[in-house]
Amino acid sequence: MSKVLVSPSPHIHADISTARIMRDVVIALLPSVAVSILYYGWHSVMLLAVSVITCILVEYLITRFLLKNPCTISDWSAAVTGVLLALNLPPACPWWVAMIGAIFAIGVVKMTFGGLGQNLFNPAIASRVFLLVSFPVAMTNWARPAGFLNVDATSGATLLGTVKEGLAKGDTLSQIFAANDFSYLQTLFINIGGSAGEISAIAILVGFIYLLARKVIRPHITLSIWATVIVFSGIFWLINPDQYTDPLFNLLTGGVLLGSVFMATDYVTSPMSARGGIVFGVGIGLLTMLIRYFGSYPEGVSFAILIMNSVVPLINKAFKQKKYGRA
Amino acid sequence: MVLCLGIICLVSSAVLAGVYALTKEPIAAAAAAKTNNAITQVVPAYDGEPEAASIEAGGQQYDYYIVKKDGEVAGYAITASATGFGGPVTVMVGVTADGTVYNTSVLSQSETPGLGAKCTEPEFADQFKNLDPASVKLAVTKDGGDIDAITASTITSRAYVGAVNNALAVYRAIVEGSTPDVSTGATVPAADGQDAEECQTQQSK
Amino acid sequence: MGKFRLITKGLVKENPTFVLLLGMCPTLATTTSAINGMGMGLATMFVLVLSNMAISATAPYIPDKVRIPAYIVIIAAFVTVLQFIMQAYTPAMYETLGLFIPLIVVNCIVLGRAEAFANKNSVIDSACDGLGIGLGFTMSLTILGLVREILGSGSVFGFKFIEGDGILAFVLAPGAFLALAYLIVIFRKITRMN
Repeated sequence: MSKVLVSPSPHIHADISTARIMRDVVIALLPSVAVSILYYGWHSVMLLAVSVITCILVEYLITRFLLKNPCTISDWSAAVTGVLLALNLPPACPWWVAMIGAIFAIGVVKMTFGGLGQNLFNPAIASRVFLLVSFPVAMTNWARPAGFLNVDATSGATLLGTVKEGLAKGDTLSQIFAANDFSYLQTLFINIGGSAGEISAIAILVGFIYLLARKVIRPHITLSIWATVIVFSGIFWLINPDQYTDPLFNLLTGGVLLGSVFMATDYVTSPMSARGGIVFGVGIGLLTMLIRYFGSYPEGVSFAILIMNSVVPLINKAFKQKKYGRA
Repeated sequence: MVLCLGIICLVSSAVLAGVYALTKEPIAAAAAAKTNNAITQVVPAYDGEPEAASIEAGGQQYDYYIVKKDGEVAGYAITASATGFGGPVTVMVGVTADGTVYNTSVLSQSETPGLGAKCTEPEFADQFKNLDPASVKLAVTKDGGDIDAITASTITSRAYVGAVNNALAVYRAIVEGSTPDVSTGATVPAADGQDAEECQTQQSK
Repeated sequence: MGKFRLITKGLVKENPTFVLLLGMCPTLATTTSAINGMGMGLATMFVLVLSNMAISATAPYIPDKVRIPAYIVIIAAFVTVLQFIMQAYTPAMYETLGLFIPLIVVNCIVLGRAEAFANKNSVIDSACDGLGIGLGFTMSLTILGLVREILGSGSVFGFKFIEGDGILAFVLAPGAFLALAYLIVIFRKITRMN
C-alpha cells in the first residue's frame, strides 16, 4: 500500500517518504527513550522491545496473510507506534500488558481500517486507553523499577494523582505541594512518577525542536494545545489557587507535552489545514483540563486526543484549505 | 376497528390476570427466600421467622429485621446503602445484640466489573466478619482507618464502609432510640494532618 | 418453504444479529457472559414464538389501520407473562437481565417478524419462523457472550480457567462493540455473504 497524504492541489513532488518522516519521529523520540532507560533500567528496555517487536510482527502477519498486501513494516510506522506505546505505559507495567497493547494498537486500531493512512484513531493512544480500561490495576501502578541512575524521588504516585487525592480529602494545593516537596525545576528535568516517556520535559522539547527543524510537523497543533491549557487553567487558578492547579504545573506534569508533541501531531489522525489544526489543539487542551479539574480520572490527555481524533473528519470538512489561485 | 382492539385488549388483560394470579405466590416466595437467605447469612443462628421493622433515621426510612433465639433478640439485619462509583451500594449488615458486626452481604451494586464489583468477594467482604466497631476504626486505610480498600477501587470501598457505618448508626438508633448521624454519600473523613498516601494501588496486599 | 428450512434460515441466512443487525440494544447490553446472553436469547425466543402464533391466528380479523397497536398489545402481553414467570421461577436471571426483559416489547426483531412474516402465514409456519429466528438470536447472543466472557473475565459459562481478571474492556460497553464487529466479520467470512 502506498503512503498517500490527502491534501488539496497543487501537489509538488518532494523528496519526502513515509520512511524518512517516521525515522525522524523515532530520532525525535530518542532523548525521551534514553531518559526513560536511564531512570527505569532494564525493565524499560524490555517494555520497549516487547512493544516494538510485537507491533512490527503483527503488522507483518496481517499484511502478509490476511490482507495479502505488500508488506509495510519497512516504512517504520509500526516501529513508531511501538515506541510511543511503550513510552505511554507505566514504567513497572508487566510485559504481557505491553504485548496485548501492541496487538490491539496494530491489529485493531490500525489494520482493521486498512493500515497506515486509513486509521481513525492514533493507535498508540487508543491502545493506551484500551489498556487503562482493561487492566486498571496494572495501568495505575506507578511503582518504579530499578534504573541505572538512582533518584531520590518523592513518591511512586503521579503528581496529578496525588493532587486529585489530596483535593478529594479537602487539603489545599499549597499543603499538598509542601507535603510532596514539589518543585517546578524538578518537573522540568526529571519528573519521576507517570508514564515511562513523561519523565523529562526537556527531553520531549528537544524532540519537538528536532521535528520542527526537520519540518516533519508544523507547530500549530502543539502550540494551540499548550496555549489552551495555559489559558484555561490560568483562569481557574486566578479564581481559586487553592483548588485549581496553576498553568505551569498543568503544562509540565502528566502527558500534555508527550501527547501534544508526538501523538496529537500524527498526520493520519489530525486535521489537514493549519486552521483545522488549531481547532483540534484547542479541543484537546479544553478536554484535557476539563477531565483534570472535574473528571474522576486524574489525567485526561489520552482521552482528549482520542475524542478529538473522532471529530477530525468534521474539522477537515469545516476548514477546507483555499484552492490554489483563488482569492 | 375499536371493537377489535377492545377485544384484543380484553383478552390480553384476562390472560395477564390469570398468569398474575398463578405466579403471585411463587414470586412472593422467591422474594421472601432471597431476603431470608441474606438474613441467614449475616446474623447468628436464630429460630422462628425474622421480624420486619423499620426506623426513621436522618430523614430516611431504614428497613431492618429482628431475629430471635429462644425468645431473646439474637441480632438485627439492617439494610443500608452509600453511593459508590456506579450508583448506590446496598449492603445488608448483621449486627448482634451486643453491637458487633456479625457479617455483611451485598444486596445490590452496580460497580465496575473487575474493580469495584469485587466488593462482593470474600477477600474484601470478610474484613467485616465478626468486627467489633469499638476496636476497629471503620474507614479505609487511606482515610486513616483499618479496612484495606479493594485494589484501585477506593470509592467503592469507601461506599461499603460508609454503608456499614450507616447500618451501625441505625443499630444504635434501634437500641438507644437516639437520633443517629447518618450520611448517604461515600464521605471522606477530614484528613488529620497525615501525609498524602501512596498511590491507592500500592496499599492492599 | 419446508418447516425445517423455516427454522434453519434464522440460524444462518437470516441470522437476526449477524446478518439482519436487528435488536442491537439488548445484544450489546446483556451479553456480558454466555449465560446472560443465552438467557436473553431464550426469553426473546419465548415471546417471538408465542406472539408470532397469536398474531398469525388473529391477523385476518384485525383491520389494517390498527394492526400495529394490536401487535404491540399482543407482544406486550406475552412479555409481561414472561416477566411474571421469570420473576417467580428464575429470580436471579430476572435480576441480571433487569430492564431488558420489559424492553423485549420494543425489540425490532419481534415486531419485525410479526409484520414481515406472521401476519401473512399460517400459525404453524409462524411458530417455526419464530423458533428459527429465536434460535438464531439465542445462538448469536450466546456466542457473543461467550467471547466476551472468555476475553473479559477468563471464564466459560461461569467456570474460571485463569486466575484473576481478563481483559476488562470486553465486559464493559466498548468490548461489546468490538467483539460484535469482529464476530460479524468472521460470520460473513465463513458464510461468504459478502
